[in-house]
Amino acid sequence: MVKLSDKEKDALKQINSKLTNLIIVLVLFLGGVRLMLYPPTFLENSSQQIVKEEIDPELIEQGIHVASGLIAAEGYELVNQNCGNCHSYKLVTQNRNTKEGWLETIRWMQETQKLWDLGENEDPLLNYLSTNYGPEETGRRKQLVVTEWYQLN
Amino acid sequence: MDKKDTDKIMTNDFPRREFIKNASLATLGTLLGGKIVFAESFPKGLIPEALLLEESPFTISGKNNGLIVLNDRPINAETPPHLLDPNVTPNDIMFVRNNGIPPKEVNVNKWTLTIEGESAEQTKTYTIADLKSKFKEYTYQLTLECGGNGRSEFTPPAKGNQWTTGAVACPNWTGVKLKDVLKDVGIKSNAVYIGYYGKDTHLSEDPTKVVISRGVPIEKAMEDEALIAWSMNGEEIPYMNGAPLRLVIGGWPASTSGKWLSKIVIRDKVHDGPKMGGKSYRIPKNGIAPGTKVPDEDYEIIESMPVKSLITFPKTGAIVKANQEFEVRGHAWAGDLEVKAVDVSIDFGSSWISCSVTKPVNRLAWQHFSTKITLPESGYYEIWARATDIQGKSQPMVLPGWNPKGYLNNACHRIAIKRL
Ligand code: HEC
Repeated sequence: MVKLSDKEKDALKQINSKLTNLIIVLVLFLGGVRLMLYPPTFLENSSQQIVKEEIDPELIEQGIHVASGLIAAEGYELVNQNCGNCHSYKLVTQNRNTKEGWLETIRWMQETQKLWDLGENEDPLLNYLSTNYGPEETGRRKQLVVTEWYQLN
Repeated sequence: MDKKDTDKIMTNDFPRREFIKNASLATLGTLLGGKIVFAESFPKGLIPEALLLEESPFTISGKNNGLIVLNDRPINAETPPHLLDPNVTPNDIMFVRNNGIPPKEVNVNKWTLTIEGESAEQTKTYTIADLKSKFKEYTYQLTLECGGNGRSEFTPPAKGNQWTTGAVACPNWTGVKLKDVLKDVGIKSNAVYIGYYGKDTHLSEDPTKVVISRGVPIEKAMEDEALIAWSMNGEEIPYMNGAPLRLVIGGWPASTSGKWLSKIVIRDKVHDGPKMGGKSYRIPKNGIAPGTKVPDEDYEIIESMPVKSLITFPKTGAIVKANQEFEVRGHAWAGDLEVKAVDVSIDFGSSWISCSVTKPVNRLAWQHFSTKITLPESGYYEIWARATDIQGKSQPMVLPGWNPKGYLNNACHRIAIKRL
C-alpha cells in the first residue's frame, strides 16, 4: 500500500471533483450533440415552419394569383390544380393560344407526357386559358422594346 | 463507396420553391425535396438559402444571374445578346434547355456509356476513364443552338418555351470523336442513324419514361467534329449543360447533342425515340400559310440550322453622342456551312454596310463580325445585322416561314440606338 500524506489526499479529492464536473459537462455536451443530430419531432416541425415561411396559397395581388403567377380570373383554380404538377406554371403563362390550340397542347400532353383525363374540367379550363392566354397579333415582326436606355462610352 | 468516389461528388440542396398546398405539393416534395448529388465542377454555394422564399429571384446553379429564366421547372434559361459578346462562350453564360429533371446523382468515376443497337457489331460499355485512355482527345469550338430559338416572335403563337434570341452558345468542347468510339464497337453496313439516351428523368416522375432521345444520320455522326465531350472550356461541363458526358453535334438543333449521355444506339432505321416524331423538332416539308394544319406524315426532321447572326455589342438601348464613332460587333453561324458575309444596316434595311468577318477557328464554330459606325444625325435608329452563308442564303428581315412549333426563326437581329 502506498501511504498518502494529507496534502496528497486533498489534491486527489480536488482532481476527483474536477473529473466529476468534467463528466457532467461532457454528458450535457453529448446530449446536446444528440439533440442536434436526432432532433425530436417538435423541433423538426418548428424549424420547417421557419424555412417554409412563404406565400399564402390564396393570396391574389393586382389580379395575379401570387403562388402560381396565373391571372386570377374565373377558372384559374382548375389550372392551379391540374397544370403545376410536372412543370411550373411558367410554361403555361409564357404561352398564348386559341381554345383549339390549347386543346391541341393538352391532347399532346395526354398522348405523350402522361397528362390525365381532365373530364368535365376540360372545357372550363380551356375557356380560362383561351380567354386569359389567347393569341396576340404581332405581325411579321415585333416592335423593339428597350427596357433601359444607357449612355454608350 | 471508396474515398476517390466521395471526392468526385458533392451534395447540395436542390432549389426548393414552395408551390403551396395545391394538388402538386406531394409530387413536388419527392421531385425536388431530396438531396441532389452532382459533379465536382458544380460551383459551390451557388444555391442561396434565400431560394426557399418565393419572392427571391430564381438562380440557376453554375449560371450567371443575367440569364433570363423562361421556365424554372424544367429549367429553361436563355442568354441576353450582350452577355454572348466573348468569342468563346463562358460556362456560366451558356443557355439551358432541360426537357426533364437532371439526374439526381452524377458520379464521374462510375459513369458509363454503352453503345448498342441493331446496327452495332456488339454491345460495349465504357467508363469515362476508358474513353480518355483508349481514344485520342480533341477540342473544337462548336455552335449549339436550340431549334426553337426565336420561337417567341411567331404568330399565330407557337407552343413551347418562348425563346427570343439567346438559345445559342459556342464554347470549346473537349472529348473523343463519336466516330472513333462507334468504330471501336463496330458499325454494320446497314447503319442509318444513331440515337442517344441520357440520365435525366421524366417530369411525370415515371422512371420508365424516356424524356427525350434524339439523334442524327450516321453520316453526321461520323463527321470529324461530332464529339462525346466531358469538358467545356477546359473545365467540367456545367451540371445543367449535361455533366459529366454529352454529345456535341455542332450546327444541328442542340436537341441532337444529348446531355447526361449514358447510351448510344446505332440504328438500321431513322431513330424513333421520344421527340423524333410528331411536331417535335420537325417542320412541314412544303411551305404552308401561317396557322395551317399539317398531318404528321407531311413533316420532316430539322437537320442543319439556317444562317444567323447576333449583335453582341453594343447592348440594345445605347445612347451615343453626336459624331461618336462606335464599334458594332457580334457572331454569325450557318449550321453545317460557313458564313461568307455579314452586313449591318442603320436605316431599316435600305442600305447595308459590309462588316469584316473572321474565319471560323474550326468547322462548325461561329464567326465574328465587326464594323465601326457613326450615326449621321440625331434621332432613333435600329441596327440590323444580316449574315449570308457560302451558298448565298441570307437572313430574312421579317419572320421566315411559319411552322406550328416555331422552329428556325433566323430573322435578322435588331438593336435600338439613339443619337443625341
Ligand atoms: C403529367 C405531366 C404534365 C401535366 C400534369 C401537365 N403537363 Fe404540360 N407538359 C408536360 C411536359 C413533359 C411538357 C414538355 C416540357 C418541355 O419540353 O420542357 C409539357 C409542355 C407544356 C406546354 C408547352 C407545349 C410544348 O409544345 O412544348 C404547355 C403550354 C403546357 N405543357 C401546358 C400545360 C397545361 C395548361 C396543363 C394543365 C392542363 C399542363 N401542361 C399539365 C407535362 C405535363
